[in-house]
Amino acid sequence: MNKITNRQAICDVLVEKAATDKDIIVLCSDSRGSGSLTPFFNKYPEQSVEVGIAEQDLVGIAAGLAACGKKAFAASPASFLTTRSYEQCKVDVAYSNTNVTLIGISGGVSYGALGMTHHSCQDYAAMAALTGMRVYSPSDRFLTTKLVEALLEDKDPSYIRVSRSATEDIYNENMDFTLDKAIVLSEGKDVVIVACGEMVPYAKEAAQQLSAKGISTGCIDMYCIKPLDSATLIEQVKDAKLVVTVEEHAPFGGLGSMVAQTLCKACPKRLVELNLPDTHLIAGSNTEMFAYYGLDTKGIVKAVEENL
Amino acid sequence: MDALTRKSYELRRDIIEQIHLSKSGHVGGDLSVIDILTTLYYDIMNVNVENWPDPDRDRFLLSKGHCADALYVLLGDKGFYDKKEAIETFSQYGSRFIGHPNTDVPGIEINSGSLGHGLAIGVGMALAARMDKKDYRTYVVLGDGEMAEGSNYEAMMAAGHYKLDNLCATVDLNGLQISGTTDQVMSSADMGEKFKAFGWNVIHVADGNNCAQLKEAYEAAKAYKGKPTAVIAHTVKGKGVSFMENEKGWHHGVMSDEQYAIAVKDIEGVLANE
Repeated sequence: MNKITNRQAICDVLVEKAATDKDIIVLCSDSRGSGSLTPFFNKYPEQSVEVGIAEQDLVGIAAGLAACGKKAFAASPASFLTTRSYEQCKVDVAYSNTNVTLIGISGGVSYGALGMTHHSCQDYAAMAALTGMRVYSPSDRFLTTKLVEALLEDKDPSYIRVSRSATEDIYNENMDFTLDKAIVLSEGKDVVIVACGEMVPYAKEAAQQLSAKGISTGCIDMYCIKPLDSATLIEQVKDAKLVVTVEEHAPFGGLGSMVAQTLCKACPKRLVELNLPDTHLIAGSNTEMFAYYGLDTKGIVKAVEENL
Repeated sequence: MDALTRKSYELRRDIIEQIHLSKSGHVGGDLSVIDILTTLYYDIMNVNVENWPDPDRDRFLLSKGHCADALYVLLGDKGFYDKKEAIETFSQYGSRFIGHPNTDVPGIEINSGSLGHGLAIGVGMALAARMDKKDYRTYVVLGDGEMAEGSNYEAMMAAGHYKLDNLCATVDLNGLQISGTTDQVMSSADMGEKFKAFGWNVIHVADGNNCAQLKEAYEAAKAYKGKPTAVIAHTVKGKGVSFMENEKGWHHGVMSDEQYAIAVKDIEGVLANE
């Protein structure tokens, strides 16, 4: 079982690249520990900026650094980064097209029983709604590494959501990766499951179980929520009877909405969206909550069998 | 009349014309801040067409972005583009000279206009200069009404914490905002003390529409080491146009042709008075 979290994977990439790229700057809002970025701060104090518990300042300062040629990585809990500093994300980063990568740590319901203040069930929708902002939710550590390496190569703004706990390995370090190209984990004639982030391992396992039962089920890792890889989506679902989206997010404006928007226009399909409900969530660990809301292998299999 | 004062009144004439043509704009604040802008761009800062976008140029952020009108005529006057275009197309259909600073206009560092953003961005720019061991300075101009935005205080705290003596904020303290006096709306009393409490050096400019006094303050700010400097410029909103001075109604407002004629006469009168 993998113990390396996606946030650690981000830190590892940045530590490695910062050895030769002095323009990489990491900013935290008293969040270096929860962001697993302490090794970066320790190794490159001159390339690290602590702003204190001040998320608006975090994003504004990151934009100022980026406007002077820096590659700014601003990390803060997803819940605060995408709401408290939303206007800075909109104006200073997205509208101003600054080279800032916003890292939403402990996204979704990672914080479990800490409650609604700390959940970010809105971050995909909020960030995707900003003109010029890209939104990513990588599944495992290898994909996270490839994603950050790719984002270091361009200068446009982006938001990455990572969860708090480690995700089981899906890929390996030799995986094929093209930025903004979804990864097809399996192809299926009857059903296609489209998932992102921490939901991908469950979706992958569900596809395998369903296929073993004779329901040909495909699975797509749609880590690129915006820009959504419509071409891969349409290609994969064109013959399917049912499409299922799975995301650790509210029902509005996230992966399910983006997939629905795309398919309605180009390739109408019966669609089931699995997500967190539009209500106060129960207390529990993230995995307890996934199970409660049907966001696990069992829940996905059940949803497919009920709707096919 | 010294050259800076002359320049500030010539720019006032341009601003008035621009606003009269477009029938929009924030004329009161433009006239309050123009002496600050003139002193910075024509004396203090090394920002010129010739060195744009040289990485060593000083950085300027108009956090009170609704006074873009004033900045547009100034940058045109400095040759970043044909000033006539800014005056004649401001806020018009398809114009790049929209109501708040945007980077489609040469000479603008970053998009601004939503209040309370500039100072944090300035902190980032000042930190970048320090990291790169560069000598450029970062100047941020804020409005006093804008100082109700809480994000300013996060940025003040960070600037003080990092002792960013390459950062200089100016508060255009004209005492008026859209709904009334700042004291009525949200008191900005002891603005200098607020900055001091966050570890800033503070310089009050008694007449913030006096370019010589402003120049003296900015030179002292440059020389001051170990802390960022806040220049609290005590200005008059609508300065230079008799019927606009200290009138909240001219935060923005459209002049009649008669009012425009009076405004031009007021400004020309100062320019004629050598």
